[in-house]
Amino acid sequence: MALTAKLEIVNNVAKIALTGRLDASTANQFRELIEQAAAQKVKAAALLLGDLEYMASAGLRILVFARQKMGVAVKIYVVAPQDLVRETIEISGFSQAVILLPAYDATVIEG
Amino acid sequence: MDTRIDVYPTHEIAGLKARAGRPLPFGATLVPGGVNFSIFSRHATACALVLFRKGEPTPFAELPFPPEFRIGDVFCVTVFDLEVEEIEYGYRMDGPFDPARGHRFDPTKILSDPYARLLSGRNQWGVEPDWAAPYPHRARIAFDDFDWQGDRPVGTPLADLVIYELHVRSFTQHPSAGVRNPGTYAGLAEKIPYLKELGVNCVELMPVFEFDEFENSRIAPGTGERLLNYWGYSTVGFFAPKAGLAATGQFGMQMDEFKTLVRQLHEAGIEVMLDVVFNHTAEGNEHGPYVSFRGIDNQTYYILTPEGYYYNFSGCGNTLNCNNPVVRAFVLDCLRYWAAEYHIDGFRFDLASILGRDAFGAPLANPPLLESLAYDPILSKCKLVAEAWDAGGLYQVGSFPAYGRWAEWNGKFRDDVRQFLKGDSGMAGAISTRMQGSPDLYGWNGRGPTASINFITCHDGFTLYDSFAYNGKHNEANGEHNNDGGNDNHSWNCGWEGESTDPEVNALRRRQIKNAAAMLLLAHGVPLLLAGDELGRTQYGNNNNYCHDTDLSWIDWSARAANADLFRFFSRMIAFRRAHPVLRPLHHLTGRISPTSGLPEISFHGTASWYADFSPGSRVFAYLLDGTQARDGQAPDNTLYIAFNMHWDALGFALPAPPSGSRWHVFANTGATAPDDVFDPGSEPILSAQDHILVGARSVVILVAR
Repeated sequence: MALTAKLEIVNNVAKIALTGRLDASTANQFRELIEQAAAQKVKAAALLLGDLEYMASAGLRILVFARQKMGVAVKIYVVAPQDLVRETIEISGFSQAVILLPAYDATVIEG
Repeated sequence: MDTRIDVYPTHEIAGLKARAGRPLPFGATLVPGGVNFSIFSRHATACALVLFRKGEPTPFAELPFPPEFRIGDVFCVTVFDLEVEEIEYGYRMDGPFDPARGHRFDPTKILSDPYARLLSGRNQWGVEPDWAAPYPHRARIAFDDFDWQGDRPVGTPLADLVIYELHVRSFTQHPSAGVRNPGTYAGLAEKIPYLKELGVNCVELMPVFEFDEFENSRIAPGTGERLLNYWGYSTVGFFAPKAGLAATGQFGMQMDEFKTLVRQLHEAGIEVMLDVVFNHTAEGNEHGPYVSFRGIDNQTYYILTPEGYYYNFSGCGNTLNCNNPVVRAFVLDCLRYWAAEYHIDGFRFDLASILGRDAFGAPLANPPLLESLAYDPILSKCKLVAEAWDAGGLYQVGSFPAYGRWAEWNGKFRDDVRQFLKGDSGMAGAISTRMQGSPDLYGWNGRGPTASINFITCHDGFTLYDSFAYNGKHNEANGEHNNDGGNDNHSWNCGWEGESTDPEVNALRRRQIKNAAAMLLLAHGVPLLLAGDELGRTQYGNNNNYCHDTDLSWIDWSARAANADLFRFFSRMIAFRRAHPVLRPLHHLTGRISPTSGLPEISFHGTASWYADFSPGSRVFAYLLDGTQARDGQAPDNTLYIAFNMHWDALGFALPAPPSGSRWHVFANTGATAPDDVFDPGSEPILSAQDHILVGARSVVILVAR
């Protein structure tokens, strides 16, 4: 299954919803949305991963790219990742670059 | 904006844009717009870079190196516009096949890059490989974007280290481990609270460089068990962490997972030492596979007989030519990489005496590799530990070329303490030196007690429980008719071979385990424990457990409840060692008398105070450590009295007087049953009679003056 990636910016928060499989062949779509969001100088980014089934190393590395591109002041939330994705983020150490949330919480994210 | 182009393609080869590369660093390196590939071969006549899409059996491109892409003996190319996450690469080398001259080039083989930092092909542990795959260990391009969050090596002084040797998979693979990711780096990270509770401050990981668990795998006759290269003392990729030990290996994330483990261990104050195997490779002898070196430059990388066969000082088919300058640089590059990129705190070198042999196999007085490692600026804070022998008969315990840096696994400590524990007579003199950090071995050249890594058990040989449950090895499950494994175990079964229902036998075994733990953790030098010994782990008498991916190897955590007193004894002994610097001297003690206490630094005793019995029939030894002189008087400590009675009868010991104003307190007495066998350091009960004590049969007593 390919990747569907959508970006919308609400209240200066970039919401990026990913559906399908994120691997080396689809990672560029995700990367482009990160670049678009960074260009908008958003205050936070929420990666909505509830429908993402699989994330390979190429996808995880874009979390690092997002952190570098947006700067340390911008909080990056990974929202509702499936167990396999969440666990991969945690045990590979990428959870240091992001904040994991079980569901979208506007109070926390949009402040 | 600066639009200058520094590097641009000058060639098109096999449909890919390329230019002459940079010879250093070796391996595959990300550069602006592309990847720089560089590999050494002195004797190859031609080389091609072979590129695959991930997992595909046939390459999508093969780029022969034009002559102008070869600088000296290095082939190097920069290839542009590669999908770096998507590709795997290897090399095809051509040259003479002339074994008598040491050359075994075979252009039909695709060879792994010895500098590959990431390897695929064995991504998940135990998944049977495609035996016909033309390129099984596939190099990939690695990223260096890990966020260390400010981590740095822990820097615990060697004298303060308590090393815990473990196999990553064995530690958490058993269902009783209760971790989310059994048998992996992540699983080990989940057990950090346990390590903290035990009190160890360094884990020594059995091989984690990429290896092939299916190397020489076979089905055991009788049991049908598939026997593996389970331990992994046979390296496939020296720069690559083993993917099959990572929960994320299937995603190619093993580098990140391993770094996360190191970072978490460091946060807990626990150092990471790697067991590294540079003495041989997984290519075996002339009948072995082509993985890398054999096809790249056999004559350079291996020690060969005049006829071109492989010398076998490793017992594993071949011997790496470690003191060839090219190979020496390779080893140095590798260790520097692990120290710098993975924040590794130390290395234990398997069969390290091989690292001191020359290109003809002869031992060198001043081996360049060992000297280079000792003085290397990047490795300067790393612990360097030698297994100071090899399978070719070179035994260098006490004489390993140390350069003021190297410590050694002290095999004599293991052998002497085991013999003393099982009640051999005439061992008291040897035990005196072993408990002092083996000045007979490490005093003559001023190396000091920290040159001695003291151990009673390690992955090779019996577990501690089995040392007191088996007289002989029981290796039938290895499928070699019990001919493998050592016969010099110095073990004693306490009266019954194997598992016993006799409460007296089991009580004695339990006491012997505590005696051993006490001796190990009291001895000057650096203690090394084998994981699971604190839980009474058994291998049912197997003393060469290299091939079993079963509960014969895995730690059964349910033993924690059944053997709670063993764990408690180990953890308190570790805490006691940490609390008392008098047990961790930086120099061998001399017997110097303190003007303050009037006591020698160390004095020797027996059943009579101030009279040690070193006679051939003796099975007792006691000693007194003057706390005022701890660490040359810089770390004042309690005075300690320690008595070992390995006689089968209880014996009365007359005690030397405690220092003025203090009284003897009992920290440990292995002759007592739990909970009276050991106490929390600092809250020991007072000894009722201050001038004598009855030390039980085969027991250890530790007294603290305060």
